[in-house]
Amino acid sequence: MEEVNKMEETPNNPSRRNFIKGVIAAGATVSSASYLFRTSAAGQTQTASAPGSVERLISLSVNGQERRVDVMKQETLAQTLRYKLGLTGTKLGCDRAECGACTVLIDDVPHYACSVLTHTVRTKKIVTIEGLASAEGTLHPVQQGVVDEQGFQCAFCMPGFVMSAVGYLKTNPNPTREQLAHGVSGNLCRCQDYDKILTALMKGAENMRGA
Amino acid sequence: MAENTNKLIGQNYTTPDIVAKVTGKAKYAEDYRVDGMLWTKLMLSPMPHARVKNIDVSAALAMPGVKAIITADDLPEAQGGGTLGEGVQASNQGEKILTKEPAYEGEPILAVAAVDELTAAEAIEKIVVEYEPLPFVVDPIEGLRPGSPNARLQGNTWFARQAAPPPAGAAAGGAAAGAAGTAPGAAAPPPGAAVAGAATPQQGAAAGASNAPQGGTRGAGPAAAGSAPAAGAAAGARAGGPPAGAPPRPEIQELKWEQADFDEAAKTGHMPTGKPAPGSEWTFGNPEEGFKQADLILEETFVSQSTGHQPLETRSAMAYWQNGKLFLYGSTQSTVQTIGSVARWVGIKPTELVLVSEYTGGGFGSKIPGAISMAIPALLSKKAQAPVMMRISREEEHYIGRARSGIHSRVKVGFRKDGKITAIDLYAVGDNGPYEAQGDYRSVGNTVSLCYQPAHMRFRGITVLTNTPPRTSQRAPGGMQGNGLMEPVMAKAARKLGIDEVEIHKINAPHGKAPFGPAVARGRQAYVTSCFIPEALDKGRELFNWDEKKARSGKRVGTKVRGCGVAVSAYSGGSTGFDGLFVIKPDGRVQFQSGIGNHGTHSVIDVHRVAAEMIGADWSLCDVVWGDTSKNLPWTSISAGSQTTHAMTRAAHAAATDAIAKLQEIAAKMKGGNPAAYKVGGGKVSGPGGSITLAQAAQKAIELGGKYDGHELPTDINGLTKASAAKLAGMGLMGVAKDNYPRDGQTQSYAVGFAEVEVDVETGKYSIVDFTLIADVGIVVNPRSLQGQAFGGAMLGIGHAISQKWVYDQHYGVPLAKRFHYNRPPTILDKPVEMKFAALNIPDPETPVGARGIGEPPVGAGYGAVMNALAAAVGDEVFRRTPVTPDVILMALEHGGQRQHEALTAHI
Ligand code: FES
Ligand code: FES
Repeated sequence: MEEVNKMEETPNNPSRRNFIKGVIAAGATVSSASYLFRTSAAGQTQTASAPGSVERLISLSVNGQERRVDVMKQETLAQTLRYKLGLTGTKLGCDRAECGACTVLIDDVPHYACSVLTHTVRTKKIVTIEGLASAEGTLHPVQQGVVDEQGFQCAFCMPGFVMSAVGYLKTNPNPTREQLAHGVSGNLCRCQDYDKILTALMKGAENMRGA
Repeated sequence: MAENTNKLIGQNYTTPDIVAKVTGKAKYAEDYRVDGMLWTKLMLSPMPHARVKNIDVSAALAMPGVKAIITADDLPEAQGGGTLGEGVQASNQGEKILTKEPAYEGEPILAVAAVDELTAAEAIEKIVVEYEPLPFVVDPIEGLRPGSPNARLQGNTWFARQAAPPPAGAAAGGAAAGAAGTAPGAAAPPPGAAVAGAATPQQGAAAGASNAPQGGTRGAGPAAAGSAPAAGAAAGARAGGPPAGAPPRPEIQELKWEQADFDEAAKTGHMPTGKPAPGSEWTFGNPEEGFKQADLILEETFVSQSTGHQPLETRSAMAYWQNGKLFLYGSTQSTVQTIGSVARWVGIKPTELVLVSEYTGGGFGSKIPGAISMAIPALLSKKAQAPVMMRISREEEHYIGRARSGIHSRVKVGFRKDGKITAIDLYAVGDNGPYEAQGDYRSVGNTVSLCYQPAHMRFRGITVLTNTPPRTSQRAPGGMQGNGLMEPVMAKAARKLGIDEVEIHKINAPHGKAPFGPAVARGRQAYVTSCFIPEALDKGRELFNWDEKKARSGKRVGTKVRGCGVAVSAYSGGSTGFDGLFVIKPDGRVQFQSGIGNHGTHSVIDVHRVAAEMIGADWSLCDVVWGDTSKNLPWTSISAGSQTTHAMTRAAHAAATDAIAKLQEIAAKMKGGNPAAYKVGGGKVSGPGGSITLAQAAQKAIELGGKYDGHELPTDINGLTKASAAKLAGMGLMGVAKDNYPRDGQTQSYAVGFAEVEVDVETGKYSIVDFTLIADVGIVVNPRSLQGQAFGGAMLGIGHAISQKWVYDQHYGVPLAKRFHYNRPPTILDKPVEMKFAALNIPDPETPVGARGIGEPPVGAGYGAVMNALAAAVGDEVFRRTPVTPDVILMALEHGGQRQHEALTAHI
């Protein structure tokens, strides 16, 4: 599938555009009305110093592969993954570090991909939900735990929870339910069967220890 | 219950979609990409109520990369009072997805399609809109004050059209339109019309042919205003006026209360009560007489808050047109039931739409027939002649994503010394938002009548328009609020009368074919199919260890005090009249066609296990087709309102019964003897002449043709099913039938919740340490998912009890809590430490499989149980509204246990 070049550069445009780009790229999703009618004054003042947003070709290590990709300075990792690399398993639930749906591992540590600028992770190893299973399709033990227990409902939050759990379990492979709940407490589920989510992730931890 | 000897029904299994979900391969609406796809941004109203005087898009259109702009002028007639066909008029007072009279801050004014989101956003910046501000109101009680502003130019509430009662057919159509499948549309006119006609299940849907009041969603249930009485009133009464056969068309008018009503309330500190909306008042028995018999009368005012549904997946959608057809990739709860609504919103025939929705990231009532905003990418795509993706941000979702009606309520309850309720007098005021009439306030009355079985009751209510985001049913709409109003009263009465709380619930519990609501026929109330709340209370008392917990309830240890509480709840649990469709193929596989949405309830797959069980198919040889309306799906209930499991296990049962008869006949033809002598099971059909496999039967069915392989179809199935079945004809042995099973009573499901909290009296902070939910939902089809739904629903109620709310700046009419961080849905750390679950597993006698729905009842049970546990810990007078936040508790404790919170103001 061809990707739309969302971040097309138009350097001749007024700097206002760059400000908006910066804000959107930083995750403050446009409520257009608010820009037009409420915070335009603030917008104008910030515009003056907003840096240009020239795309640059960089290399990223994603799921064990080197990926070459054009990114803007203010582009978030979630945007790069979803809209440029076709990795839509990383979900956007809020765009602003509130829900954890976008959680990925950066050098084994869970991060909100909506709140990480892509150019800051050039030298790091990124793992998304698509990169957990083996190339032959064997599920990661935490993924297998979810399958074993039929965890989650709509599953929109699931990739984020799984990535958080995988990251947390690297630091504490044998957690109590309470510890694991804290470990994934940066993830929100609106279907809210948190009990079974925890059971599934605990099963994942068990699978991991057994693996 | 006897041990479960079923292979599939009542057994856990792994759903076929879970690996795609857990590997990130599952595609939700915004995960699709097509060549040349444009992106959209919406321009939202900055004012709570205004008139758009002028829109200048010239500078935006001149920008490179901007491909199309649509405004309210580009909407099809069906969104603005035009003819929908078959003599049905669209309401011109309901929601249109783009407007020139925005009625809440954040309402979409126009939409831009451009090569990328940023260009679209910048184009929006260049558009100049001239607004004329209009008076607004964000608080329903304020909206009833004499001289107060109205949320809409026409008035502040919905009125039924007063006229002669409609003919029986019309009333049935109105009342049952949505869920029950008895809607005119379900009767099998051509597929297109069928879908359009019956698509009233949506209620928030502006294009809804009728502006259907909420009851339309759940024809079967009283709790949803859909009870015979409520729906009768909501739909039936409103159905007066329009020509025979047309659905009801309520109108917005003004109704203000008297100053004296407010003065009386100011003296007593209660919610004022004035004139109810026409048709929003009923009495059963003689309440005055009932109160005379009471030894204890409690009168309370209670406020429940409005909350967004906030599914984690926003209502993003992508659309393109190909060969005159609209291809829409959207997020919906119900696959088949979304066809009609989208067709109307976009102004096309249902046959001109292909809807793809394989995975939906939650809905909770906010995406029952999709979302009206789906029309935006569809119309933009048509104008721009390119695919258009509309990515809805979390903030936009706050505005257009639907919300629960907050309820202001006041109740007077009479109790005898022995705890029996003698009478209830209840007034419920709903916060309606600006558009379609909401039925939550009516459902409050029906839920209370059912759950607490008063011999005498008066209900009055009104739904008041406010300039806040549009409402629609949210999981247990009105049911949760009804239980929330009554449960603290039950607990307080138990304490005052010295009766155990579980006992007082049992004394007043519905049982068997329990009656509820106003008199409907010959002075009798409507009644339910079955109810086992007393059994559930007993089971919960044991599982939760109530007696031990009660012994320590209210006793302080250090800075901590524990409390335990119990609550009951009921909600509509199923509709009827839909179709089942599957094919046994010559390769031995069985293919089930599922028109149910896949939003996490698993019913999209679960219900077909009933048919698989009945025909003795090996589940590993079964495939379920779902998520794409071009894939020959049958006429299916909404995936909402706790309808699906009941409705679609019935349909599955009907189709399996049809297949079994065909299998027996084929076996008799092949092996000789009487068809009735053949038994179906274990992948075979066996009888006196020997046995054949399902695969052989399928092969023979194709040879025989006719009814066996779907070339001849039953005459009573829906047109949509007929069209789908016709396409599948010849593939194998077809099981296809309509659910014609009788049903005596209205299907309701029930839950009982038990909670224990631990409160730190120095900080007001508390945690829920233990929670037990008992479900009375008939036979269990999928135990693990049932428990998941039970806990998920309970958590939704618990969220309302502990943290979730909106905050509005009353002066400017703007929302301040638009994001998760502020409106605080519960996290995994808010979950009760211990959670236990049991289902009674007693079959409902009025449905062949015995299964009812689960989605909603746990909500009120979770909500009420936590509130009652808090009251037991810190006192009965600490709060009269939710959420009960630590500051509410602390402030009250610092004032002798007397609540200090604002009594009535909404959205604080
Ligand atoms: S999308 Fe990143 S935290 Fe919500
Ligand atoms: S399973 Fe639906 S949001 Fe978590």
